[in-house]
Amino acid sequence: MENTILAAVNIVKYFYDPVKVKVLNGVNFSIHRGDFVSIVGKSGCGKSSLLYVLSTMDTDYEGDVLIDGISMQQKKEPYLAKIRNEKIGFVFQFHYLLNEFTVLKNVMLPGLKLHKYSEKEVEARAYDKLKTLGIADLALKNAARLSGGEKQRVAIARALINDPDIIMGDEPTGNLDKKNSELVFDIFKQLSHELNQTMLIVTHDPDFAAKTNRIIRMEDGKIVNEEKNLVG
Amino acid sequence: MNLKLIVNIAQSLLRARWRQTLVAAVGVTFGITMFIALLSFMSGLNDLLDGLVVNRTPHIRLYNDIRPRQYQPVTLWPAYQNSYPVISSLKSGNIRQEIYNSGPIIRALQQNKQVMGVAPTITAQVFFNDGTVDINGVINGINVAAETRLFHFDDYIVAGKASNLNTVPNSIILGKALAEKLVANVGDIVQITTSTGAIFQLKVVGFFQSGLQDFDKAQSYASINTTQKILGKSSLYITDIRVKLYDINQAPALAKSFARIYGVDAEDIQTANSQFETGSFVRSLISYAVGITLLIVAGFGIYNILNMMIYEKMDTIAILKATGFAGRDVKAVFLVIAIAIGLFGGITGLISGFGLSVVINHIPFHTAALPTVKTYPINYNPLFYFIGISFSLITTYLAGWLPARKASKIDPVIIIRGK
Repeated sequence: MENTILAAVNIVKYFYDPVKVKVLNGVNFSIHRGDFVSIVGKSGCGKSSLLYVLSTMDTDYEGDVLIDGISMQQKKEPYLAKIRNEKIGFVFQFHYLLNEFTVLKNVMLPGLKLHKYSEKEVEARAYDKLKTLGIADLALKNAARLSGGEKQRVAIARALINDPDIIMGDEPTGNLDKKNSELVFDIFKQLSHELNQTMLIVTHDPDFAAKTNRIIRMEDGKIVNEEKNLVG
Repeated sequence: MNLKLIVNIAQSLLRARWRQTLVAAVGVTFGITMFIALLSFMSGLNDLLDGLVVNRTPHIRLYNDIRPRQYQPVTLWPAYQNSYPVISSLKSGNIRQEIYNSGPIIRALQQNKQVMGVAPTITAQVFFNDGTVDINGVINGINVAAETRLFHFDDYIVAGKASNLNTVPNSIILGKALAEKLVANVGDIVQITTSTGAIFQLKVVGFFQSGLQDFDKAQSYASINTTQKILGKSSLYITDIRVKLYDINQAPALAKSFARIYGVDAEDIQTANSQFETGSFVRSLISYAVGITLLIVAGFGIYNILNMMIYEKMDTIAILKATGFAGRDVKAVFLVIAIAIGLFGGITGLISGFGLSVVINHIPFHTAALPTVKTYPINYNPLFYFIGISFSLITTYLAGWLPARKASKIDPVIIIRGK
């Protein structure tokens, strides 16, 4: 657990609208390869803001984010897009599949964008990921026709397509019922155990957080408490 | 950038919104259709009207003008060398209308690379005798083959055959209006009196109609030999040399140089008929302005629809960006959509524009002034089609550019958080 994949260095972020508010106030932490980390905290404590800063999508902050040892500060937009494509997989609270495409195509898109494999290979890999998540039979359905739980599993498959260094989740179970929440959590756990996949999940579900390896608790834009949960 | 992927995404977005896309494309189609039809029709009319005069007018006419001599004897007298002579009641001198050395001049012109062809002519003033009435007229002695090749003489023959002038001795082709005055039919004999008093009888072998009534009332055509015989001149007698060039714009410059080299008067078509060019130019300008306006309106349609599409597809754009598509990729997707609309609308526009032109080309259009024209004229110039498709692509590209840029600037964080 020596290998640091993601590090936040003294991150400070303000919101300007409607008044200047400090949402992140000097956040420092790092994540090693294979970690399964959750960030918890009350609504408005800045945990989502932190995730978007770490995801490279939000560039309006002070401090630095290191992904695989490379600073993300002052990088150009196309470079950041490439980093997101290659090294980060996203799972959001609301499914966010592209309704214009089939399930398979949704999973394939980031892979096609990366252009590391041929279209045939990307397709085979996408099938593989869908099979791992037990939804291979949905592959040719239109994304709009899936249930909430199914959509979220497809989103996870899409996050995995480029074998990212880290998966980031923003309340991935926040919009699901109990049964589907557990199903999604089991998938995360399986990924962590079997593939040693690094994951950083923002959640306000204490049950979910309790089952991760490491819990970071935030309050008023700061980390107030960190606990290791070796039972996970 | 992976173009195939970009096109693929654009395609899916288009398919999801195909109704709006179709409306936008129909806007472009309509614009291009009208553009093509309007320009083809206007240009066809222009060619027709210009053809009325320009086709039959030589680009350069060589002749000897009647005018006072430039050097009067007094200017040559040594004693008055440094004086300004004032001559009153100056008269035109007895200049021969014949072009000297016409044979060598014609041969030299024929070898000139800028000259398409040369047609020598003779003009003879005559009276047509119709009972007790004498009608003033002109007989143009022409080389039928050269006139037909260079000045479309054949097109204006409404009865008989132009080549009969060569085969039938002492034959004449009358202007239609002149023939009506003389009550002469093809095959009849008309009698003429020349300015020197000689009387000839000529056989009518055809009528021609130029479309200019005044012209048809006085003009008639005979072969060069017949005309020389009427005038009692030798077979070398030529009064006009009509020259057609490959490039009409060279006419003024060449006319000057021919006048100097051959010692004759030379008149170029621009000087003789300047008003026709102005008319054509203004008509073309108006048609282009209308056509381009139509396309710009179509462009605004595309702009609106793309803007709407971007508002609808905010989520899609955000997710594309979150999963690693850069702003320029998103921009490319929307530009591809815009250009696809332009290309599809443009090509269908070209096809229906061609169709509309064909339809117009088949609408009957009879006018006494234009004997050879039976339907509305259309100019099927490929240049119009080229301009049409280029312009449709440029307009759609510009119309797509602003929305595409807006899409590329969308901040995914705002969209994703906003849910």
